[in-house]
Amino acid sequence: MKLPHVDYEAPRTVTEAVELLAEHEDEASVLAGGQSLIPLLALRLAHPAVLIDINGVTELSGVSATNGTVTIGAMTREYVAEESGTVADAVPLLAAALPLIGHEAIRNRGTIGGSLAHADPAAELPAVARALDAEFVVRGRAGERVIPAAKWFEGYLTTSRAPDELLVEVRFPAAGRGTGSSFDEVARRHGDFAIVGLATSLTLSGGAISDARLAFAGVSDVPVRATEAEDLLVGERPSAELFDEAARRATSDIDPPADLHGSADYRRKVAAALVRRGLRAAADSADERQ
Amino acid sequence: MVDIALTVNGTARTGSPEARKTLADFLRDDLNMTGTHLGCEHGVCGACTVIVDGRAVRSCLMLAVQAAGSEVTTIEGLAPDGGLGTLQQAMWDSHSFQCGFCTPGMVMQATAFLSDHPGASEQQIREALSGNICRCTGYQSIVDGVLLAVERSASPDPAAPHSASPDPTTPPNRER
Repeated sequence: MKLPHVDYEAPRTVTEAVELLAEHEDEASVLAGGQSLIPLLALRLAHPAVLIDINGVTELSGVSATNGTVTIGAMTREYVAEESGTVADAVPLLAAALPLIGHEAIRNRGTIGGSLAHADPAAELPAVARALDAEFVVRGRAGERVIPAAKWFEGYLTTSRAPDELLVEVRFPAAGRGTGSSFDEVARRHGDFAIVGLATSLTLSGGAISDARLAFAGVSDVPVRATEAEDLLVGERPSAELFDEAARRATSDIDPPADLHGSADYRRKVAAALVRRGLRAAADSADERQ
Repeated sequence: MVDIALTVNGTARTGSPEARKTLADFLRDDLNMTGTHLGCEHGVCGACTVIVDGRAVRSCLMLAVQAAGSEVTTIEGLAPDGGLGTLQQAMWDSHSFQCGFCTPGMVMQATAFLSDHPGASEQQIREALSGNICRCTGYQSIVDGVLLAVERSASPDPAAPHSASPDPTTPPNRER
């Protein structure tokens, strides 16, 4: 279908964008890469009165690294992050997830901030942000707020961004020595939304696990951390038996949705397999990064 | 209405689309360039793929006003009228397509991909085309065509009839 009638604003600066958001609040939708918003408009699932197109706000694009943090501007396109040496070196979990987003043509337009603000629970980036405890920097007329990932995702396609706030950047902690990661998902075809996806990060110190992070995509209305499994893993040495038990704990209390791609029970089995696979892969890459 | 100026297939064009008009509809309805096809109109099928500033994009997921100042290449811009580029000829020779609806999207996506990966493997080609849906062929003939183009580009035959056409694996206006 064709898009509905909509007013259009194209601010050039964050200040201008924030002023427009303050004026229109929830009557407005922020248009970044448009790879989710434009389909929602085409299907008439979204009816904003005005689109605030931030593609011309150049200050919102870019990847920078300082003091153990990699900061990615909200308008940074996914292909730019995918090709970034900084992301590959410092946030390998993000680098592993990026090629799985949609297809090449989607990543050429889609943005890091757009995906995270859209907050589809089956998408890759929300799981990565949740696993790494990324921080979300939003700006409104009143100033900036920093929102931790644990408080960013509030529900299906819903975040804690207020209607008059703009997501300006996302901060990811850089992976240190001994931190290995893996992003894996099961989808019907490459590029489809994951039936289940899993972001895994493990840190090994002296052969034992000192930090473990597991975040699922596609099992709930928000990305979900497997805290029980994480608690089990910390302090232990990697082994197949340990990873089996972690898979059991990670999936014992999840309640995944059922649809034509898979029943809830199937998703739970896929999730367990992904935990075993993800932990093995992350432990191997942690060994390589010692 | 928003006034825009852009370059399409090397020619400067102007227009005044409504903000809600997609680049695909602008190309088809305002510029009468109907080579770009619209299948699903919500970013699933890939038929509307064009190249914007050197990168493949879905023209149904981009507003025409967002293409202001950009260089757009469509299927009409790959080879001179009546001619076929290396990729197009290889796909012709491989009987890549049947009904032709997905053709422009497939060709534009493969063009953009081969410009970055001139020696692409079958697996890479399948992944690169995974966002383009074809309901006729089962994809095998399409992949065969792209592989044949890779082969011919690696060892061009000067006697081949298509060799006079510009090489479509290098899209014009590519910039990063």
